[in-house]
Amino acid sequence: MVHLLAELTVFVLALFVGFEVISKVPTTLHTPLMSATNAIHGIVLVGALLVAGAAFPPLGAIFSIIAVALATINVVGGFAVTERMLQMFKGRAPVKK
Amino acid sequence: MTATAGSVWLDAAYLVTGILFILGLRFLSSPATARFGNRIAAVGMLIGLLSTLIGTGIVSWWIVIVGVVIGTLVGLVAALRVKMTAMPQMVALFNGAGGGAAALVSTAEFLFRMQGASFAHGIALPYDQGLTIVLSAIIGSISFAGSIIAFLKLQEVMTGRPITYVGQQIVNGLIALATVAFAAFIVTLHGTPEPLWPFFAMLGGALVLGVLFVLPIGGADMPVIISLLNSFTGLAVALTGLALANNVLIISGALVGASGTLLTILMSRAMNRSLFNVLFGAFGAVSSAGATAAGGPQNIRTATVDDVATMLAYANQVIVVPGYGMAVAQAQHSVKKLADELEKRGVTVKYAIHPVAGRMPGHMNVLLAEANVPYPALYDMDDINPEFPQTDVALVIGANDVTNPAARNVASSPIYGMPILDVDKAGNVVVLKRSMRSGFAGIDNPLYEMPNTMMLFGDAKASVDDLVGAVKAA
Repeated sequence: MVHLLAELTVFVLALFVGFEVISKVPTTLHTPLMSATNAIHGIVLVGALLVAGAAFPPLGAIFSIIAVALATINVVGGFAVTERMLQMFKGRAPVKK
Repeated sequence: MTATAGSVWLDAAYLVTGILFILGLRFLSSPATARFGNRIAAVGMLIGLLSTLIGTGIVSWWIVIVGVVIGTLVGLVAALRVKMTAMPQMVALFNGAGGGAAALVSTAEFLFRMQGASFAHGIALPYDQGLTIVLSAIIGSISFAGSIIAFLKLQEVMTGRPITYVGQQIVNGLIALATVAFAAFIVTLHGTPEPLWPFFAMLGGALVLGVLFVLPIGGADMPVIISLLNSFTGLAVALTGLALANNVLIISGALVGASGTLLTILMSRAMNRSLFNVLFGAFGAVSSAGATAAGGPQNIRTATVDDVATMLAYANQVIVVPGYGMAVAQAQHSVKKLADELEKRGVTVKYAIHPVAGRMPGHMNVLLAEANVPYPALYDMDDINPEFPQTDVALVIGANDVTNPAARNVASSPIYGMPILDVDKAGNVVVLKRSMRSGFAGIDNPLYEMPNTMMLFGDAKASVDDLVGAVKAA
């Protein structure tokens, strides 16, 4: 329980940081924001690697392999699609005569 | 298991990952630095993943390799091929993948703890870990199943309209209750050797719940639900982090949870509806009362392309109000051409973006960016509304409900109170529309009957292309 409390502390503080940082993102970027945060929650791949690495019976192995694949889709797809969107955002072209 | 036995430098690497994620999001606060932000976040991800691979004793490499190769191929192909109009369903799918992964990780962790070996060392599943495992499994499953349904709706594989049936609330409630009961059972058993079926029954319940909770949500409410599912997955990942005692999962999950929640609130507010109302008061059911009571609009004026072109060409300021209809007709590139022509003639062209234009937060901005419209020309609702009275022409392309003045003054209207773009205050309003069909909400729009409004019927892209030609000739 002591562990849980320490971890909850981290969780709550991170929530506040999240609200603070995200509230500064302009509406123009809300779609890329969502796909970027999408990519970020792909960090669950770390968890998938950890359970996959522990090597246990067939059922666990099947679940792990699906978990790793899903999380990888999440990470790779998320960052790639965000990059694709963001490269389309352009400011005003420099005014030519 | 290895998850809890991280070495010091592994934890340090995770800290770096967390910091890079936060900085990445920080740089997303301006379009000029956003790309950099995305890349820093990706670097953070790489550091976290590589450290995990190197720093923990991974035994079954084949699982990792097979999973990563499949995932990379699928993710990359999907990301590079998706059309910008289809971005909401793509995000829904990626989101579902994350939620599903979180649920599976918790499941795998549970199975691991239920192995005989774990009992030799006393309690296999302390209360706190049991609780976080079942919670992350439940929320992850809801997010997974809900995202799939959202995808199917947005992709129009199934109807986008709300699906309702008698006793829906009661059925959903009972399933929720059963799911919670199974979860409580698992936690209170305290990890004594137990059959696995209650856990899978709980997972099944959560999956069904995810399906049922998105089914009654339709049409205009999709941006809210996409945001909400996003925050669910964030929460599920954070809970997985709590179950595995892994700080980087907790931090990242919290960041995403915060982001999703904030966007959910913004979207609900933009429609003047409480989240509760979005989730439990299916829009279709509400709107049928005030809808099309007047028997459809009568006094509408139709315009010709030449009329509109002349008006645009000799205007000082034109505000384009794009809606999802514009994107469906793939008219955004033609709109950009029209704006270029007008700007050549010295007309100021601005774009008014309603918060719920498009099918996810900020969707319209991405669609216009794709057509090379510079982002400084895009204005939020609050910034552009004071400008309509000084605007000669408001050009409404494929937008409907967000321009409906009934939201301001007709208390019986289902969209009453929803903030709208004050299009009707412009000198002239030109509405490009395929037909007199009503919008998502299925309600009449009095804007079309106003004396300063003209309708230009036809396919949005064809109409705008004609306008480009006519403006050139004017």
